[in-house]
Amino acid sequence: MPLLEIRNLAVEIAGKRVINGLDLDIPEGETHVLFGPNGSGKTSLIMSIMGFRCCRAVSGTIKFDGVDITRLPTDERARMGLGVAFQSPPVIRGVRLGDVVRRLGGSNGDHLEMTRRVNLPIEFMGREINLGFSGGEIKRSELFQVLMQKPKLAMFDEPDSGVDVENLSVIGRAMEEFLRDRAGLIITHQGHILRYVRADVAHVMFYGRIACSGEPEKIFDLILREGYRWCEKCPKVREIRHEEKGA
Amino acid sequence: MRRKEPEVKPESYERKAEPWPRVPVSGLGREVAQRVLESGIRVDEEERAGTYFQADHSVVSVSLKSAFEGMVELMSTMEAIERHGWVRDLMWGTMDPSADRFTDFASKNWDNGYFIRILEGQRVTLPVQACLFLSKENLNQNVHNIIVAEPGSEAQIITGCATHPSVRHGLHIGVSEFYVRRGAKLTFTMIHNWADEFDARPRTGIVVEDGATFISNYICLKPVRSLQMSPAAYCRGESSRASFNSILYGKGSSYMDVGSRIFLQGKGSRGEIVSRAAAADESTIYARGLLVGEHEDSRAHLECRGLLLSDRAHMHAVPELIGRVKGTELSHEAAVGKIAEDQIQYLMARGFTEREAEALIIRGFMDVGIFGLPERITRDISEMLDRALEGAL
Repeated sequence: MPLLEIRNLAVEIAGKRVINGLDLDIPEGETHVLFGPNGSGKTSLIMSIMGFRCCRAVSGTIKFDGVDITRLPTDERARMGLGVAFQSPPVIRGVRLGDVVRRLGGSNGDHLEMTRRVNLPIEFMGREINLGFSGGEIKRSELFQVLMQKPKLAMFDEPDSGVDVENLSVIGRAMEEFLRDRAGLIITHQGHILRYVRADVAHVMFYGRIACSGEPEKIFDLILREGYRWCEKCPKVREIRHEEKGA
Repeated sequence: MRRKEPEVKPESYERKAEPWPRVPVSGLGREVAQRVLESGIRVDEEERAGTYFQADHSVVSVSLKSAFEGMVELMSTMEAIERHGWVRDLMWGTMDPSADRFTDFASKNWDNGYFIRILEGQRVTLPVQACLFLSKENLNQNVHNIIVAEPGSEAQIITGCATHPSVRHGLHIGVSEFYVRRGAKLTFTMIHNWADEFDARPRTGIVVEDGATFISNYICLKPVRSLQMSPAAYCRGESSRASFNSILYGKGSSYMDVGSRIFLQGKGSRGEIVSRAAAADESTIYARGLLVGEHEDSRAHLECRGLLLSDRAHMHAVPELIGRVKGTELSHEAAVGKIAEDQIQYLMARGFTEREAEALIIRGFMDVGIFGLPERITRDISEMLDRALEGAL
C-alpha cells in the first residue's frame, strides 16, 4: 500500500478546474519529483494534498497512510505526517519563527542543530515569520520547519528557486539527508536540487493531470533539451489537451 | 455594524463615595489586587520605584522606595499644590478646561489625582506605578494628574485604571498633563481595565521641550461601554520627540474612539504614531491619528493597522496629516482587514488548529514589542496580554 494514494482527483479554485482526474502513488521511502509548465497544477496539487480550503477536492480521493484524508482539515493532515515547504509563504507580523517551531516540538538542542544544518542563525527564532527575509532565508526557514516537523511525507515547492549556489548546496544536502528514510514530493523547474537529492520517480503535469512518469534523469534531460515541446508530441498530452478543450 | 457613540452625561453619575482608609497596596483585598494586577500594577511593589493608589475619590496609598527618595516626588495633586504653589500654574496648561463637556465637568468636580515629578538629572531605573480604581457602582471619578520630568531626567511610569469586579457602570474622566523638560525622557504606559458598561474619557496634553522625548504606550483589552480619547503632544522644543503606541482589543459591544495627536512645532521635531486595533463581536473602533507639521524642519509618521475579527464589528481608521509650512514631512500607512486566509493555512500546515492559528496571529498582531520597553516590563505586559486574550479569544 503506498503512503500517499491519489485517485481520480479533481480540484477547483474559484470555480476553475485546476486538477482534473489525477492519479498518483508515492510509496514509503520514495522521493518523487514533479515537473510541468507554469499553470499545470503542481502547486495546486500540493495545496490540495495539504487540504487548503482554496483547493479542496470536488471529486476523487486522497489516502495517506491508509486513511482517507480527502475531507480532513489541514492541521489534522499535518499531525498525521504531511509537511510542506512553501514556495512563497506569507509574512505573519508579530508571530515569531520560534512560536511555530516550539509547536513542532524538539528540544532547544534540536533547534540549534537544525538551524546549523540549514545555515539559519538561531536569532531567526526571534524574527517575525518571513518579515524581511531574503529569498534564501525564506527557503532555509521553510526547510528548517519541515525538518523540525519530521513529516512522513515532505513536500517541497520549488526549494531551489531564487537561491544562490551556496544556499542551494546547504538546502540540497539537508534535503538529501532528510529524505534518505522518508517519502518526498519535490516541485522543481530548473532541476538544480536534483544535483543533491536522488529522486526515484519523476512526473510531468499537464492541464491538471499527470501526463507521464518515469526516470527522473531521463525526463529532466528531455525537458532541458527541448523544453515541454517534446511533451506536446506525446499522444497522452494530446489526449489530455483534447479532453480539456472538449470540457 | 457601526454603533453610534453612546451618550454620556457626566451629571447622571453618582458623585458621592465612601472614603477609603489609608492602607499600603500590599494590604488591598485579593479581588482588588487581582484586578489591578491585570492593569500592570504590582501590589507587591517589586520592580517598582514607587506607588500611588487612588480608589474612588480617596488617596489610599502613596509610597516611594527609599532608594528613590531625592530622585522622585510622588504625591496627590492636591498635596503637590500645597507643597509647590507652581503646580497650580501647570494645571490646565496644556488644554483648556472648556475644551469639551468632560474637561469642563472635571474642572468643576475634581477628585484629586497623582503628581509625579522626576527631579533634574535623575535616572529612575524602576517604573513608578499609579493606579486609579473605582469600587462603587455608577460612580463618577475625575482625576487631574500632573507629571513633570525635569531637565535631563529619565523615567518610566505605569498607570493602571481599573474597576472592582462588582462595578459595571461608571464614568472616569482622567485629565493628565505632562511636562517633559529639556533633555528629559519619559515613557508612560497606561493600561485600562474597565467594565462592559463603563465609560471613560481620558484627556491628555503633553509639552515636550528641547531635546526631550515622550513615549506613550496605551493598552485597552477589556470591554468598555465607551472610551473616547485623543491625547495631544506638543513638540515645542528643538529636536523634541513624541511617539504614541496603542494596542486595542474591542470586545462585546465596546465603543472605542481612540486617537493620538502630535503637533510638530520645534525645529527638528519628530513624531510617530503606531496603532494596532482588533475589533471582535459587535465592537466599534475608531483608530485615529493626527500629525500636524508646524515647523519647516519636522517629520512624523503614522501607522495604523486594524484587524476585523467579526462581520458584526466595525473598524474605522482615520489617519490625518496636516502640513502648515513647507518642508515638513508627514506620512502615513493604514490598513484594515480580516485575518489573511493564507496566514491561517500556513500555521495549520504546521499543525495548529484553526482556532490556535487565529489566536497566534491576533496575539502577534498585538505584539507589545512595538512599545520598545525594557525587557522586564515587556515581559510583564506580555504576560498580562496573554491572560487578557486567553479569556477573550
